[in-house]
Amino acid sequence: MGPRIRALVIKEFLALLRDKVARMTLIVPPLLQLIIFGYAATFNIRDIPYAVYNQDGGAASHELLARFQGSPVFLQRAVLTAERQIAPVIDDKRVLLVIHIGPQFSRDLLAHRPARVQVIIDGRNSNTAALAGNYVNQVVQAFDTEWAAAHGWQVPPAQLVVRSWFNPDLLSRWFIVPGIVGLLTLVVTLLTTGLSVARERESGTFDQLLVTPLASVEILIGKSIPGFVIGLIEATAILAAAVFWFDVPFTGSLWALYLGVFVFLLSGIGIGLMISSISVTQQQGTLGVFLFMVPAVILSGFATPIANMPLAVQYLTYLDPLRYFLVILRGTFLQGDGASVLGSQYAGLAALALASMTLAAWLFRHRMA
Amino acid sequence: MNGMRLRGLIRKEFLQIVRDPSAIAIAVALPIFLLLLFGYGVSLNARRVPLALVAPYSPQAQELLGGFDRSPYFVPHRYATMAAAKSALGRRRVDGIVWLRSDFGRRMLAQGNAGIGVFVNGVDANNAGLLEAYIRGVWLGWLSRQAQDQGSTLSVPVTVEQRIWFNAALRSRNYLVPGLIAIIMTLIGALLTAQVVSREWERGTMEALMATPVSMGDILLSKLIPYFVLGMAGMALSVVMAVWLFAVPLRGSLLVLFSASGLFMLVALGMGLLISTVAKNQFISATIAIVATFLPAFILSGFIFDLNSMPVPIRLLTHIVAARYFVAILQTVFGAGDVWPVVLANAAALCAMAAFFLGLTWRLSRKRLD
Repeated sequence: MGPRIRALVIKEFLALLRDKVARMTLIVPPLLQLIIFGYAATFNIRDIPYAVYNQDGGAASHELLARFQGSPVFLQRAVLTAERQIAPVIDDKRVLLVIHIGPQFSRDLLAHRPARVQVIIDGRNSNTAALAGNYVNQVVQAFDTEWAAAHGWQVPPAQLVVRSWFNPDLLSRWFIVPGIVGLLTLVVTLLTTGLSVARERESGTFDQLLVTPLASVEILIGKSIPGFVIGLIEATAILAAAVFWFDVPFTGSLWALYLGVFVFLLSGIGIGLMISSISVTQQQGTLGVFLFMVPAVILSGFATPIANMPLAVQYLTYLDPLRYFLVILRGTFLQGDGASVLGSQYAGLAALALASMTLAAWLFRHRMA
Repeated sequence: MNGMRLRGLIRKEFLQIVRDPSAIAIAVALPIFLLLLFGYGVSLNARRVPLALVAPYSPQAQELLGGFDRSPYFVPHRYATMAAAKSALGRRRVDGIVWLRSDFGRRMLAQGNAGIGVFVNGVDANNAGLLEAYIRGVWLGWLSRQAQDQGSTLSVPVTVEQRIWFNAALRSRNYLVPGLIAIIMTLIGALLTAQVVSREWERGTMEALMATPVSMGDILLSKLIPYFVLGMAGMALSVVMAVWLFAVPLRGSLLVLFSASGLFMLVALGMGLLISTVAKNQFISATIAIVATFLPAFILSGFIFDLNSMPVPIRLLTHIVAARYFVAILQTVFGAGDVWPVVLANAAALCAMAAFFLGLTWRLSRKRLD
């Protein structure tokens, strides 16, 4: 690195870190957010509030309901005594579901006739409703298996034996926390680089920078390095917190992960510099960072799978660096991936990095005037 | 407060908006763009999941595999060996494997307890759970067809009869789109006002304003009213798109919907004004705006992650996220109707937050006059 770039890098670091508040905003919020979001962002539902409307006094219905009371997933909130009480408890969100057992339940079962349980679920949040429905089915199936064995019912000729790989207990935290690593790394990188050129333009130092012997490529390199270093340090801190605080298992190759971090930071910086080169004021820079970041997060597969999107939107996600990085993070964390499996992800990130850097340099030169 | 002075200020603010159309673009074009992108892009309904089938030929196996071919949820891929299927799963070509051993048909006829191996990629735990439920559905359908062929019915002791209220088809768009409206309005409220006060300070026009007889309350109101009008226009557009484009049923009344939106708009604008008044440097205000608005509205509002499942300290924390109350109102008014206990409790919280943010902004800006 030449002495000129070194001087510029030192100046950039000073500009970013001189102010105490700015220093704090770079360090505290990402770590705080990792902790808060790591606990908050889960698709595993527990303590599902439910109400019981049992018209059957028999032992079989009590046995079935005891399984719900004993489950950590369910939490009994109310006992109903009439049909008309069902609608209000669901409408007001006091319970998510009502288990309704008809008067014939125990009699049917003891007479070897199939019995029915009606479950009414609040479908306002359809994902929670689907998950709660699955849990109800699991409890009832466990009851069925035992009842069938104890009372001589015929068993089905073939049973499903389900096993889930890479995440045996299906903890959604293992999926979300590596995702948050990617999310926060992107935010930090975009914020440090996205406003850097506009800041010079606004404070009038941009012209001074131009009359120095620095070439425009050198200026861009000088502006990239602090973002890269800060991003790398923050990514490492967040990764460590994911492993040591949240106990997400890291099963893959650390080299494969850091190769991913490296190209991801490059592409993030490229996009940040691009935004920075277009914007004249910091306000425009902020808006640009926002306008890129929000879709980049929502369409990255962070919370909702890319495979569920319409085809046109799926193609659009190829422009999103977070999309590739999330695959690398989840692959190296959970699937034990090495670099060889992730080749296409690196290629995608590298292509984005190259394109955005080139475009940033071009924009920088053409908006200098 | 003086009506004529306020009118004059509002006129000035409107002129500024009209001359620099970026605010109109934020209020009108941005919701359209974001709602289009996310309304189509965000879905939790898995369809056409790639699934590996490893099964040697037998009549019983063919029956079962046919169930996967006919299901709209799967795109089956046949693999000859388990090793090939495992490698496909590792490379994310398929999301799950259904494995029948070579003696499947024989065991089924002989002992009646053949095992069907199902392996799912658990990395995306939510998706894996849904996949498992779909596979179970195909299995149950196959069992009852088998029983029918033998002239009997599938008899299990207890069957669950599920009734899903408000959204029988479990269309995730019906609750995600109303939630998205809350997120988009949070963003727009903050983006619209986050810079309007600091801009006056930076350009030195705040001092000019202060030299006039207008009060600080007049100045803040004049900032609030035009952006409120713009924000509500964006809100109306979003509702129109949700109902007409995304076919989300609106079961509640428009009056409740827009009253709640107006309240929320006050909170969002108040938050933006507060950031704008407090932050001295635009880098910090940008960071605060992102940290305080978009990410909490996305993760802590109940938009996608269930609030009841969060640990208690986090659940308490969500009470300071304004979007949480608006998401609850929107999901209820769209999905269920005007359920007063839900609407009133959340509206009261929004009122309190609006009063807090606007009051704090007013106090802080008064101090600056000294």
